[in-house]
Amino acid sequence: MDYSAAQSGFRQQHNMRLRNSSVDGPDGGQLFDDTSAAGPANQGVYRNQQAGPQAAGPPGQSFLSDPMSNLAMVYGSSLATQGREMVDKNLDRFIPISKLKYYFAVDTVYVGKKLGILVFPYMHKNWEVSYQQDTPVAPRFDVNAPDLYIPTMAFITYILVAGLALGTQNRFSPELLGVQASSALVWLIMEVLAVLLSLYLVTVNTDLTTIDLVAFSGYKYVGMIIGIIAGLLFGRLAYYLSMLWFCGAIFVFMIRTLRLKLLSEAAAEGKLVRGTRNQLRMYLTMSIAAAQPVFMYWLTYHLIR
Amino acid sequence: MAFTLYTLIQTAILCINAIAVLHEERFLSKMGWGADQGVGGFGDDPGVKAQILNLIRSVRTVMRGGASMASTTLQNCSVHLNK
Repeated sequence: MDYSAAQSGFRQQHNMRLRNSSVDGPDGGQLFDDTSAAGPANQGVYRNQQAGPQAAGPPGQSFLSDPMSNLAMVYGSSLATQGREMVDKNLDRFIPISKLKYYFAVDTVYVGKKLGILVFPYMHKNWEVSYQQDTPVAPRFDVNAPDLYIPTMAFITYILVAGLALGTQNRFSPELLGVQASSALVWLIMEVLAVLLSLYLVTVNTDLTTIDLVAFSGYKYVGMIIGIIAGLLFGRLAYYLSMLWFCGAIFVFMIRTLRLKLLSEAAAEGKLVRGTRNQLRMYLTMSIAAAQPVFMYWLTYHLIR
Repeated sequence: MAFTLYTLIQTAILCINAIAVLHEERFLSKMGWGADQGVGGFGDDPGVKAQILNLIRSVRTVMRGGASMASTTLQNCSVHLNK
């Protein structure tokens, strides 16, 4: 009742702030949909929060009629706003929040299509990321754009499924969840650092950011989850078969995605371009793609006994 | 394999330390990896060897600055923690 109204009012205020401040999103389509329902009760609470000083609104009328407490409330809310702005400004220096928001701008259709491509990448024809005035389009408008939603969810699900697998073998204890989580995270960080180092050594001019690499490295967790679940339900043979399928799928997916980003234009179209530089780039793409099945096997085989 | 974030930090410090202590005259020049032997091809293709030499030299320069103090304090902390 009051709690839910306040919560939806806060969400609307958040959406309002997003709309006003996101000039970096592609114009013409916002990053996030405004799902605020235009109900009269919501509008009332929303307007109440926006117009602080005139707050003689429905909730707490008698509390706010006293001018001193009115003044105190205005002062308190202005302090809170200042504090929040300062935190936002300082946090933005370390973690680029606005760039992260781009990677989470997904919707259900995108997630469904992307999972389909991850499981079966052989029928997908057009792998190019579409751009809009030099910035990549948000993932909800282009199925080839990398996102961070699927990798994050897959990582968390992997930890839970690992706990489940350990539990069915009576090897579970709550600390093991944390151990699994930090271990997988460390492998992810090492893989991303290794890819960054090799990209630096080969001097590839690419627009792959670090977060893109984290996203690509996180896509293999989807296959790992399905492999472990198949192994739990149907035995070791099902585990090996599903891992084989997903290793092939993630290999093809990575090659087709990285080919467009790392190789030069001519080589990406399939023509054989000679020269050591293009050869190095091709080797780099192949080794990044080949490292994925190795990690997939390494992180799951100890869960299936 | 129980890797933790702490072992990752330890590994990173040890690797950077290993790169930083490669001695210039006694070792690298003998192998043809000296700092003056990498910059051959100007233009847009430095090559892998030149990039590696640049990396070694820059790690050494950074480590001789304030980062060496940070790494020694980190190593002392790890010694205390492992006791």
